[in-house]
Amino acid sequence: MVENRPVSTFLTHAVLIAGVVFLCFPVWMALVASTHGPEALSKAPIPLWFGDQGFQNYRDLLTGGLPEAGGVPVGLMMLNSLIMALGITIGKIAISLIAAYAIVYFRFPFRMGFFWMIFITLMLPVEVRILPTFDVITRLDMLNSYHGLIVPLIASATATFLFRQFFLTIPDELVEAARIDGAGPMKFFRDILLPLSRTNIAALFIILFIYGWNQYLWPLIVTTEERLYTVVMGIQRMANSGEQLPVWHYIMGTAILALIPPVLVVLAMQKLFVKGLVESEK
Amino acid sequence: MKRVVFRSKWLPYVLLAPQIAITLIFFFWPALRAIESSFFIEDAFGFAREFVAFENYARLFNDAGYLKSFRTTLVFGLGVTALAMSIALVLAVAANRVLQAALTYRTFIIWPYAVAPALAGVIWFFLMNPTLGIVAYWLDLAGYEWNHYQNGDQALLMVTIAAAWKQISYNFLFFLAGLQSIPKSMLEAAAIDRAGPWRRFWTITFPLLSPTTFFLLVINLVYAFFDTFSLIHATTQGGPADATSILVLRVYQTGFVGQDYGSSAAQSVILMGLVIALTVVQFRYVERRVNY
Repeated sequence: MVENRPVSTFLTHAVLIAGVVFLCFPVWMALVASTHGPEALSKAPIPLWFGDQGFQNYRDLLTGGLPEAGGVPVGLMMLNSLIMALGITIGKIAISLIAAYAIVYFRFPFRMGFFWMIFITLMLPVEVRILPTFDVITRLDMLNSYHGLIVPLIASATATFLFRQFFLTIPDELVEAARIDGAGPMKFFRDILLPLSRTNIAALFIILFIYGWNQYLWPLIVTTEERLYTVVMGIQRMANSGEQLPVWHYIMGTAILALIPPVLVVLAMQKLFVKGLVESEK
Repeated sequence: MKRVVFRSKWLPYVLLAPQIAITLIFFFWPALRAIESSFFIEDAFGFAREFVAFENYARLFNDAGYLKSFRTTLVFGLGVTALAMSIALVLAVAANRVLQAALTYRTFIIWPYAVAPALAGVIWFFLMNPTLGIVAYWLDLAGYEWNHYQNGDQALLMVTIAAAWKQISYNFLFFLAGLQSIPKSMLEAAAIDRAGPWRRFWTITFPLLSPTTFFLLVINLVYAFFDTFSLIHATTQGGPADATSILVLRVYQTGFVGQDYGSSAAQSVILMGLVIALTVVQFRYVERRVNY
């Protein structure tokens, strides 16, 4: 910084620490609550430090079909979430890569028309057209299936646009060289373009994985069978259990289990994540 | 624009086919059907329907509940945006000042991005639970009675805080990137002219951040208007007494719970108009920035 004043440096750190505490405290409390039994969480004030029920709570959650938890083991819900998140991520990346390739490296009638058709979908989040989309899924008999969970969400304007921008920065000489060496379009795509896109694919993978894992409304309406419940959607059945009192130690345990995979992905691949986020949204 | 391209009559269409097929089936078809059904009233079993032109829309705008939803959505959207952006800006400015420790702080600030809005909602729901939530308990000690099951304003405040909490990380990253792109020499020149840190921030840093701020403003509004469906559905479910019933929640409840397809479709169409308006605003700004 321009000047060096101890007081303002101290204040800066104080502000940052306050911010970190504000962001971490809720999850800390969730983590603490998930290690207590129901008695400790029945009246205020609830404990601020860990209890000794943690191991048992998580074992019950992961394997047992708790009636309070909707009868579905959280382990199974997490597996469903993983399948859905990976399906959406890989699907989006695959179809966006080839679509962007077609738009950048070929000239054909209606090229820009197709581009705008994909692009305009940016404007239509699933939340605003939920009922007619549900209707379409019903007609196509895709309710209660993994492909019903995955396929409708894999069209991606963002990913197509990002790959298009990236392909445009690749020097033309590479294509010329490839053509002189007799490489066809698919060989060029596989042997040159894909390896060059590695970093972009990885960065996008993180963002899309989080998007897929955190889906809520779509699993809520597409699945009515409990064996297909995903964890982020499944938690609301516990929180809104109606007549009975909510079982907070299980709910918080489920919340922690549900947020661990995407948070780990962000923390483990922080640099790629920041790159992917700042580039894909701009 | 590429100078060198491949030639093939059929390959580009094959490559585009999956994306276009999914877009047509799951975007265009439903969107057109929403527009179509918004002009009809259907009976509860879907056997008969009657063309009613704009009656569904007229009904909505004469419905006090729907108009209140508009107001709730606006208060909620502006609240989330103001809270999430101001906290993120303060944190980003602070993080930009401590060069060595910035990366450590960044790690602790960015992770809530990965937390699903539904989970953020459920966790804050727990913290503020009137009988055992720790925050509600502290408020009680301070002499403030908290009960979001009865008090609609408190319920709205709770979902606003939960939604903003989750969005701070995102805004922080963009503000930090924006701050780091401001040339140090400008700030140094101002310092030589004896402008203090406060003055430097408002006359140099803040104006130079305005493209980032504007971009985030639109993104945050879109987030608060649409992505927070899950947060509210998993916690207050729109209550108490519709106090947290935002527009997207109403589309869902009118359609799936109330089974009033015509009205739900009309609401969808209105929301699509809103998203398109926000996107156009965003693009006009992007264009301007490119020409800058």
